Amino acid sequence: MRLANVFNLGIKELRGLARDPMLLLLVVYSFSASIYTASRAMPETLNRAAIAIVDEDQSPVSNRIAGAFYPPLFVFPQFISQPEMDARMDAGLDTFALDIPPNFQRDLLAGRVPTIQLNVDATRMTQAFSGGGYIQSIVSGEVSAFVNRYRTATTAPVELVLRARFNPDLDKRWFGAISNLIQSVTMLSIILTGAALIREREHGTIEHLLVMPVTAVEIMLSKIWSMGLVVLLASAASLVFVVQGLLAVPIGGSVALFVAATALHLFATTSLGVFLATVAGSMPQFGMLLIMVMLPLQLLSGAMTPRESMPEIIQIIMYPAPNTHFVMLAQSILFRGADLGVVWPQFLALFAIGSILFALSLRRFRAFLR
Amino acid sequence: MNAEAPVARLRDVTLVYGSRRALDAVSLELPVGRMVGLIGPDGVGKSSLLSLVSGARVVQTGVVEALGGDMSDSDHRQRSYPRIAYMPQGLGKNLYPTLSVFENVDFFGRLFGHDRLERERRIGELLESTGLAPFSGRPAAKLSGGMKQKLGLCCALIHDPDLLILDEPTTGVDPLSRRQFWELIEGIRRERRGMSVIVATAYMEEAERFDHLIAMDAGQVLATGSPAELKARASAATLDAAFIALLPEAKRRGHEAVVIPPRAEGADEVVAIEAEGLTMRFGDFTAVDHVSFRILRGEIFGFLGSNGCGKSTTMKMLTGLLAASEGTARLFGSEVDPRDMAVRRRVGYMSQAFSLYGELTVRQNLDLHARLFSMDPAAIPARVDEMASRFGLVDVMDAWPDALPLGVRQRLSLAVAMIHGPEILILDEPTSGVDPIARDNFWRILAELSRKHGVTIFVSTHFMNEAELCDRISLMHAGKVLISDTPAEITRSRHAADLEEAFVAYLEEAAGAPPPRSAEASSAQSEAGSPAPARAAATAARRSFDPRRMFAYSRREALELRRDPIRAALAIIGSMLLMFVIGYGVNMDVENLTFAVLDRDDTVASRNYVQQISGSRYFTEQQPLVDYEELDRRMKDGGLSLALEIPPNFGKNLDRGVHVEIGAWMDGAMPSRAETVRGYVQGMHASWLAEKSREGQDPGASFGAFQTALRYRYNPDVRSIVAMAPAVIPILLLMIPAMLTALSVVREKELGSIINFYVTPVTRLEFLLGKQLPYVAVAMLNFALLTAFATFVFRVPFTGGLAFYAAAAVLYACAATAMGLLISSFMNSQIAAIFGTALLTMIPALQFSGIIEPVSSLEGAGRFIGDVFPATHFVTISRGTFSKGLGFDDLWRSLVPLGIAAPVMIGLASALLRKQAR
Repeated sequence: MRLANVFNLGIKELRGLARDPMLLLLVVYSFSASIYTASRAMPETLNRAAIAIVDEDQSPVSNRIAGAFYPPLFVFPQFISQPEMDARMDAGLDTFALDIPPNFQRDLLAGRVPTIQLNVDATRMTQAFSGGGYIQSIVSGEVSAFVNRYRTATTAPVELVLRARFNPDLDKRWFGAISNLIQSVTMLSIILTGAALIREREHGTIEHLLVMPVTAVEIMLSKIWSMGLVVLLASAASLVFVVQGLLAVPIGGSVALFVAATALHLFATTSLGVFLATVAGSMPQFGMLLIMVMLPLQLLSGAMTPRESMPEIIQIIMYPAPNTHFVMLAQSILFRGADLGVVWPQFLALFAIGSILFALSLRRFRAFLR
Repeated sequence: MNAEAPVARLRDVTLVYGSRRALDAVSLELPVGRMVGLIGPDGVGKSSLLSLVSGARVVQTGVVEALGGDMSDSDHRQRSYPRIAYMPQGLGKNLYPTLSVFENVDFFGRLFGHDRLERERRIGELLESTGLAPFSGRPAAKLSGGMKQKLGLCCALIHDPDLLILDEPTTGVDPLSRRQFWELIEGIRRERRGMSVIVATAYMEEAERFDHLIAMDAGQVLATGSPAELKARASAATLDAAFIALLPEAKRRGHEAVVIPPRAEGADEVVAIEAEGLTMRFGDFTAVDHVSFRILRGEIFGFLGSNGCGKSTTMKMLTGLLAASEGTARLFGSEVDPRDMAVRRRVGYMSQAFSLYGELTVRQNLDLHARLFSMDPAAIPARVDEMASRFGLVDVMDAWPDALPLGVRQRLSLAVAMIHGPEILILDEPTSGVDPIARDNFWRILAELSRKHGVTIFVSTHFMNEAELCDRISLMHAGKVLISDTPAEITRSRHAADLEEAFVAYLEEAAGAPPPRSAEASSAQSEAGSPAPARAAATAARRSFDPRRMFAYSRREALELRRDPIRAALAIIGSMLLMFVIGYGVNMDVENLTFAVLDRDDTVASRNYVQQISGSRYFTEQQPLVDYEELDRRMKDGGLSLALEIPPNFGKNLDRGVHVEIGAWMDGAMPSRAETVRGYVQGMHASWLAEKSREGQDPGASFGAFQTALRYRYNPDVRSIVAMAPAVIPILLLMIPAMLTALSVVREKELGSIINFYVTPVTRLEFLLGKQLPYVAVAMLNFALLTAFATFVFRVPFTGGLAFYAAAAVLYACAATAMGLLISSFMNSQIAAIFGTALLTMIPALQFSGIIEPVSSLEGAGRFIGDVFPATHFVTISRGTFSKGLGFDDLWRSLVPLGIAAPVMIGLASALLRKQAR
């Protein structure tokens, strides 16, 4: 293998990229506006959850409960009648509907243990779960505060002091920014390398390369380094200027360590791009394959929903995916401030996955050239 | 139309590409009903002129009139399309490679609105007369160069044009086929008296037969007149000579006929290239059948033969690009081994199709190749300049190859093949499409290399005057070598006047009987039948929207999809697979969260509190914590989602009624998970308190106690899949159809067949809708399968209106495919289109359409995107019909934005799509 060939062919790739302004524009977009918008759109914690209240009691305590729901966590509650409740929930207008029964206050003070009904639209999964518990605790807080005014001897409640570490306000924008950055890195690296290879084949230039003194390894490495470099630079710039700058996300750990992790991740994803290109014969097939690979990588790597909650079989299937480890790495380094001493297992995993992918795609690439 | 009026007229036409002037104030009249030839060196503006006359390219300055109207006027162009046929330069550039020969011609027939009988008759005639009939089922990609050209001609002739424009139609076509080609054109002209033909050609012997010639150079017209007039004016015997004489002084300086001195007797008897019983089989088709030859060092060995006879395949086996099925090939005495880099450095190869980098400039291409051949970097610039001046590339060094004429690109390929000074040159039709002067220069270089430097040259060609320059030639037919000898000996053996005659005689003998001349035979019949449909086609063209043309594109697109079963299977089976993995894997019901306790009390009471949490299915207890340091470390490495600290004397203080605080830390790195943890922990804490008070620790037990009844609606068991499956369908039904259509337009742009859209009567709307239809059908099939999968495999109950759901899906599928088309219309490369589609569908679909976070909670631009994005509305409909038992009455509002989306995007796409090249 001659490094000069790897270098020269890589420069050729970069020149080709520079010739496609639309593509460059998309690259810039995906690392700036796209991340910014997606992060900004993320609601802070439970944000503006739509709640409606059926107040059949109209008592001081029910008023007190209704008054406890306000923005930004909730929208101001809609006061509705019971028949309206079903219609509104059907139409998806309310995620939660709280039904305070008649004579709630009287029964409460008389010790008759009345029941408040909380209706949750369970098709809205995230809000349904987090909001349900939240509303319950708000209601019981208000009720006990109300009751306490009526009593002299207060029981000392056991208080639960909850704190969130690494992101005290549970600002979803932080996480949104990073998970979008990861998505852009993965998507772009796979597309750039894979499509660049298919383009060479469709335009007959691959055949031309094969009569020259260059080997398959050189061709493949040249694509990996050039396209990897583009994505690495773009992601580092995006982390510094967009994530830290514009979005003001505090980064807990070392940016350099994260960039190193990204480089390792890129080694794996660019190899994956080559692999997909050798499986797909043409650009349209590559487009289809890309969806098949990108969607699970994005949805099941732990960047959207927690990995430990997935069925075990999915966890096993997704273990060899580079994204799974990269998401863990990113969370640990960027939010928890972890250093290499903590994240070395993920580094090792990424390196192993990258090497296996590289070896596999090199084998397929050699066959592809035949 | 007045018979005397010219068929086309140009006044002061100038065309500029970047800084290069392709046409410079050209004024010209092309006579009607004649065979007009455009001759001139490469890159003088012949192709540009033809593309302007055909309407394929936008007129920049000046006036171009054709068929009595201004070609800048779109109404006139629309009226003229059915009367003009344009065959672009390049082998099969206007063909669709995966479609068969018949289907290609059929597609054009449909574009011009012929009915089935009419098409079958015309296609039958055309294929018969071009000799393509036996191959009608073969995909265009598998045709040889000459066959592609003939097929291109068939496609151009299908609609009986009044003006036939051919841009170097016989480039790369063998002499026999070329002869047949011109006979075919003659036949058609006899049949259709009024038809005008304009041809650009590099073959002077062809130009000799034309009625009227236009000689061009450097974007200007040098001379016009009949061949005889031109010859007379230059007082030259042949057109070749006349043409050279007409060129400006600077260009013809130093030009003289090529003479290659004979090889010195017995100079070098070393065998450089050797083939022994070389055989190549593709399936049961034998492309090369036991070919043997030996080429001596320094020899120029010519390879001749009809198109598709196996010349290129033989050459590829010699370079190691193809592994021979049988036999051996040796270079410098050692067997060809594709892994041997040292041999590759000694060989220069030029393939038939242009295979250099379009994204690099001419200089960069030369430079890259010099480096890849590991030349001394210091010597490279000088070598690059040397090659540039040798091959006349100096003026175009910083141009992009795509923008260069065919002949110049060929010269660039040659320069690249020779840049490293190889000892063997394998050149596959190196001079196809190159003008006579450049060809002569090129052969002079070959002569020098061979005679002075001992370079062995193995070259294939269709030019007889080039073949005559070779030391020896081989005639190949149908995979076999017919004869191998010196040109003079071959001519003598057939008692022929010249090599061409001998060549044709050999081929006709090998092919059996001479090909039937069916053009005459069928002429009577077609004369009777043709006028009426031609008129019908003309009326159809005037219609602004013709469903037949739209369906022609639909059919072609569907055929392409059918030829690519892998893609279709990925679209359909792949989507089911994705649905399964995602529906099953994305679990909103957060479970198995890790937690650990730092229990400083360790009493029954504290254990009872912990029990409350560890006993739930949401949490999995880990090793207890010992101190803060461990807590810190284990939270940092992501091992714990929740850590609890129970203070000392918890139990005692609880009994005494003293205020107690329990500390809880959540991992906030993933906020949505932390939020869920908070919800769970708070809920559990509240119920623990309630339980405690009911247990009678408090005398006023039930005072102030109440219960909360949680009712999860629409999904009482809170199964994640019930919420996810109806949301996954919109994601897949957006991404897959969008990706399918995203390449459909840009692929034609990149591979060249977009030219058909430029020069046929098809309108933008017909083109786009035609392409959209088959993918809407695929999307609907997908929809049916996904819905069935969700209901029967995932057992998600479907409670609402199915018919309504399906109707909404049709609108949604239209919107999704329109989105792909829109992206495809303004992107210039397939890579950008794929990336753009992934970026613009996946992110909004996953993040802004309410699948995980409700749209009502989003903020800023994301909220806006969510509100207008079609997926949002289809998610509402999908969840409503699946889980909430709703139908039209409840959900019709969501249909409105869905219905608007497709027309708006198709409208935008057609506004962005250009009907002419710029």
